[in-house]
Amino acid sequence: MKKSLYELLIENALFLTALLSCFIILIISAFIFIEGLPAIQEYGFFKFLLGNLWSPNDGEFGVFSMIAGSLYVTFLALLISTPLSVLCATFMAEVAGEKVRNILKPIIQTLSGIPSVVYGFFGLVVLVPFIMSHFGGSGFSVITAALILSVMILPTIISVSYDSLRAVPGEYREASLGLGATGWQTIRRVVIPSALPGIITAIILGMGRAVGETLAVIMVVGNVSKIPYSIFEPARTLTSNIALEMSYATGIHYHALFTTAVILFILIMLLLVVVKCIQRRFSLDISGGSL
Amino acid sequence: MKKSRMILIIILIAIIMALGILSFGPGASQRIDIVGSTSVQPVAEKLVEEYKISHPDVKINVQGGGSSLGIKTVHDGIADIGMSSKELDSSGKEGISEYEIGRDGIVVAVNVKNNVSDLTKSQLKDIFSGKITNWREVGGNDGEIHIVCREAGSGTLNAFEDIVMGDTKIKRDAIVQSSTEAVKQSVKQDENAIGFVSFAHVSDDVKTLNIGGVTPGNETIADGSYELQRPFLFLVKGNPSGELKKFIDWTGGSEAQKIIEEEKIIKSTE
Repeated sequence: MKKSLYELLIENALFLTALLSCFIILIISAFIFIEGLPAIQEYGFFKFLLGNLWSPNDGEFGVFSMIAGSLYVTFLALLISTPLSVLCATFMAEVAGEKVRNILKPIIQTLSGIPSVVYGFFGLVVLVPFIMSHFGGSGFSVITAALILSVMILPTIISVSYDSLRAVPGEYREASLGLGATGWQTIRRVVIPSALPGIITAIILGMGRAVGETLAVIMVVGNVSKIPYSIFEPARTLTSNIALEMSYATGIHYHALFTTAVILFILIMLLLVVVKCIQRRFSLDISGGSL
Repeated sequence: MKKSRMILIIILIAIIMALGILSFGPGASQRIDIVGSTSVQPVAEKLVEEYKISHPDVKINVQGGGSSLGIKTVHDGIADIGMSSKELDSSGKEGISEYEIGRDGIVVAVNVKNNVSDLTKSQLKDIFSGKITNWREVGGNDGEIHIVCREAGSGTLNAFEDIVMGDTKIKRDAIVQSSTEAVKQSVKQDENAIGFVSFAHVSDDVKTLNIGGVTPGNETIADGSYELQRPFLFLVKGNPSGELKKFIDWTGGSEAQKIIEEEKIIKSTE
């Protein structure tokens, strides 16, 4: 009797904490939308979304070039980072021995512990001059930001894919090897497909970090609010737009920055939906037995 | 089991404390609100910090927002002191007492390898608007000019636009950096870059340009011969009295002057 009351208390307490986190997220989203609304009403949502000119002093608030900038930088970073990190995770989970793994893991964990301002400063002092002297321009560019971001998301993608690769049951490998498949065939045809939903989750988490990263990007991307036509041109991302101008903005400019956050919110939701669809397709393929 | 209960209690206490801190603001008896220019803000904060040591019972609150906000709030009586880093026009001056803390120079910086050392104000305007795009056109080596600018709303950018650009816009594909240090770093590592920083932040790793033949320096800013400069003003509605007067008078004293000098704000001798 005493125990069940205790259990009940704990259950309710846990429920309350879960409720609290939902509540906080709700409050934050509501706040963003309420603060962003005046700018939408005054300037028009589609003009805001598709406008190409951001010039707060002249009352122009088009964020299209920043949406392009955010997507450009994020996908380029994923393009560089995904193959590297999935292969690295495969090596750690399937090929490397215990000793090598014990060295690699802490190194990758350290990588994720470095603050983003350090990455940004490294990018500004090392990468920007490197890109400038080898590819021309000012060095502040989409590719510089993507390179920094791809290093920043490496640990996230590696550790989550590593865990999902390790979670593939040993019987799968034994069965495959027993049928006479080589080690590489087993990894490629059996282990990686089985772990694919987990690997996609890893990529989503990496993508989330890349879209949201602000400080490091501000320092190397150039923050020019124009659509970049090549990867060596500067761009501005949605997050850097908010962080750059937040400290001084007043009136409609202030609300416009919240509207930028609303757009970012919608963009991330859309990306999540797309990725969820892809993930569902792949996991169905596997449970359908078409290995 | 005991441990988990402890953790729950700790979490609850933390939440309650956080709410408590949020809901009970500091109750103040004597309160002075200072609002305005983000350029003046750091100096004002330093002054207030020092003032609080000798006057611990006065609560002074310093807030940014820009010169225009400073002027507006002081007119409306919302703020006790407005900070402005630009001269007031005649309607702004009405019923307002101005106290000049000092003057700040805006310095144009280029890479140390750049052999251009002097520009006129109109050349500067043409460079930043995009009319002049190569250093050759102003007597330098062949090379495309890379403009490094500050973000919209920055006090330094506003001052530069007011003094140099007038109604002309800075060209859209100028690189934007979010701090003085980032501007200096960009100029330091790019031979073709040009940027502007406040006089207080000039250092040896970048080269400062003469404007119309005048070198930026303490004397040239003080006597007004260096063109790119702006005043740092404290604005008070009507005539200050009580605690407000005490604070304003204190900023003219020797203690305050030392701090202002440390911040490299220059007393006008005009």
